[in-house]
Amino acid sequence: MIPGALVVCPFCGCGCVFHLAVRDGRAVGITPINSHPVSRGSLCIKGWKAHEFINHPARLRSPLIREHGIVREASWDEALDLVAKRLCEIKEKHGGNALGFFSSAKVTNEENYLFMKMARAAFGSNNIDHCARL
Amino acid sequence: MAGLAASFGSGAMTNSIPEMDDADAFFVIGSNTTEQHPLVAARIIEAMRLKNAKLVVADPRRIGLAKLADIHLMHRVGTDVALLNGMMHVILEKGWENKAFIAERTENFDSLREVVKRYPPEKTAAITGVDPGTLSEAAELYAKSAKTMLFYAMGITQHTTGTDNVKTLANLAMLTGHIGFPSTGVNPLRGQNNVQGACDMGALPDVFSGYQRVSDDDVIRKFERAWGVGGLSREPGLTVTEILHEAGTGGIKGLYIMGENPAVSDPEARAVERCLRKVEFLVVQDIFMTETAKFAHVILPAVSFAEKTGTFTNTERRVQLSRQAMKPLKGCLDEWKIICGVATRAGYRMGYDSPEEILREINEVTPSYRGITWKRLETVWGIAWPCPNEDHPGTPFLHKERFVRGLGHFDPREYMAAFEVPDEQYPFLLTTGRVGAQYHTGTMTRKIPLLEREAPGAVLEISPEDAVALRVREGSMVGLESRRGELRLPVHLNPDIPKGTVFGTFHFSEKNMNALTICALDPVAKIPEYKSCAVSVRRL
Ligand code: SF4
Repeated sequence: MIPGALVVCPFCGCGCVFHLAVRDGRAVGITPINSHPVSRGSLCIKGWKAHEFINHPARLRSPLIREHGIVREASWDEALDLVAKRLCEIKEKHGGNALGFFSSAKVTNEENYLFMKMARAAFGSNNIDHCARL
Repeated sequence: MAGLAASFGSGAMTNSIPEMDDADAFFVIGSNTTEQHPLVAARIIEAMRLKNAKLVVADPRRIGLAKLADIHLMHRVGTDVALLNGMMHVILEKGWENKAFIAERTENFDSLREVVKRYPPEKTAAITGVDPGTLSEAAELYAKSAKTMLFYAMGITQHTTGTDNVKTLANLAMLTGHIGFPSTGVNPLRGQNNVQGACDMGALPDVFSGYQRVSDDDVIRKFERAWGVGGLSREPGLTVTEILHEAGTGGIKGLYIMGENPAVSDPEARAVERCLRKVEFLVVQDIFMTETAKFAHVILPAVSFAEKTGTFTNTERRVQLSRQAMKPLKGCLDEWKIICGVATRAGYRMGYDSPEEILREINEVTPSYRGITWKRLETVWGIAWPCPNEDHPGTPFLHKERFVRGLGHFDPREYMAAFEVPDEQYPFLLTTGRVGAQYHTGTMTRKIPLLEREAPGAVLEISPEDAVALRVREGSMVGLESRRGELRLPVHLNPDIPKGTVFGTFHFSEKNMNALTICALDPVAKIPEYKSCAVSVRRL
C-alpha cells in the first residue's frame, strides 16, 4: 500500500507528522515516520486513529441558512453573499466594534492569517481572538 | 503567554523537544503529560531510563508521570505560587542560585529576594500541604542538576492567578540559570495542534502577525501599506470571553466563528448559550454540526486537515508543512477560499491562488517568519521561528546570550487564594481537565469509535475516602452542584485524587462540566479559571 501524503496530526501541539493513506476518496490508514524528530516512528492513540473522522457521515456537506427557525441548504454563492451583506450592514450601522471574529487553533497559519486580515482590513475590527486561552 | 512575555520578551516555549534527550532533570507542573502530550511524556521516560535523568512532578493528583517521578509534590489546587516561592526560598537559603547568571542576564533580583523571604518551608507547607523535606529535595534537584527543563500546561494557566503562576516559573528558571541554554528553559505545552500558529499569525486582539502591536504607529503604517487599506484600528480589541459577554449585552451584533465550539468549551456554558442566541447574525464555519453551529444563521462547511495544504506551528515553534492527502469532500470548501469569498464580497478584494501565495505574504510582513518559506519547508521537518532570512537555520532554543527583551525581568508574585474556595455549602473543590483518548470538545474524537470506547462518557472522579463519607460506590449517580448550575452523573473512584477534590472533564457536551465552572478571569491573560471552583456532591 502507498503510505500517502505527509500530514501534520490534527490533535495535540506535539506536531507529529505521518503518512495518511487514501483509497477511493476515503482516508484509510496512518503510517508513522521514523525520521520525524518528534514522532520518531511512534504516535499516540489519537494520532493512530486521526483518519477515522474524515469521511464520517456527519460531515457537513452544504452551506446551511437558518431563516425563521428553519434550516435549509443553500448554494455557496447565496451563503457567502448573505454573510458578506449582513456583516457589512452591521459594520455600517454600528461600526467594526460591533463585530467579533473567533479564529481557530485547529486551522493552518495561512487560514489564521487571512481570517485576521479579513477582520481587520475588510471589517475594521480588532475583536479577533481564538481559544488558546481555553 | 502574557506572563512569559513580560519576563523574557517572548511567550512561546523556549526550547525544543529533541533537546529533551540531553537534559539531566525535568520539572513538570500543571501538565498531565502522559494523557495530553503523550510523546513528550514518552521522551521524559526514555531519558530517565537511558540517561538516568531525574524527574520532579508537581500536581495535586497522582497523575501518570507522578507515579514514575523521583519526587512528587502533591500540592493543593491553586497553590502553585506559594509552592514555587517556597522552592526559591530554599534555593536562596542554601546558596544554590546561579549568581553569575543573575548578575549578567537579569534585573530586579532584590525585589524577588524580598518576596521569597516570606515563604519559609513551614509557611509554604501550611499553604500547599507539601512537607518541608520533600520541598527541599525538589528544590535541590531542580537547582543543582546541570540542565533542567521545566514543562507546564493548562494546570498552570487556567487559574485567576495564571499569569502570576507563569511569572513565578520564569523567576525560578532565571534564579537557577536554567534558561537560554540547550536542554533547559520554561516550556508551555500547547493543547491544540496550532495554538502557537494562531497566536503567531495575530489571531489576537492586540497584535498583527509576529506579535507586532496594533497600538504602534509604525506597525499600523506598515500593514496599511502591505494590505492597501487606510484607517486600521489602533485600539486593541476584545478577547473571546469578552466578545461573548458583549454579545450577551448587545454590544456585539455579528459574530463569525471559524472551527471553534465555545458552546461547549467556554466556562459557564449556559451563559454562553444565552449570549450566542442573542447575536443578531452568527456565522459558524466548521466540519461538523457542533453545539455552537446549532445557533448559527449561516453554517459554512469547511474541510478537514486531510483535505488541505498549509503550515502548522507546533508547541516548540516548529513550522511544518502539511500536504493535501485527498480532495475536499463534495460540497466542502477550503477555509482560505471561504475567507477570500467573504472578504471580496464585502468590498475588500482578496485574491490568492494557493496557500503558498499566502505564506509568501506572511514571510513579507512577519519578521520572525521571514525565512520560513514554502520551498524550504518542502525539504525539512519544519523550521523553528524566529528565522529572519532564508539562510537562517531557525531557532530551536530562545534567549541565547540575551533575552528577547534584553535582561530577564524578575517579577515576584505573592500567593493569592483562588477566586472561589470551598465552604460549608459547597465543600468540594471541582477541577476540570482532559483525558487522553478525547480531545477538547470532542467534535472530532467523539466520532472515532475506539476513542469513544476508551473514554465513553462523563464521570465524576472522587477519592475513595470521600466516597465512603458520601456512601456512594463505583457507578453510583450523584448530583453535582455549584453556584452556577448542576449536573447528574456517575462517580468513578480514583485513589489518585486527594480527599476533598473532585475531577471532571469537558469533552462530553451532554454532561458538560462547564455548566458549573466559573468565569473569573485572570486579569492579564484573561484565561477563565477552569481549574477550580467550589461544588457540593449529593448521593441520589
Ligand atoms: S500523534 Fe498524539 S502526540 Fe503526536 S501530535 Fe498527534 S495527538 Fe499529539
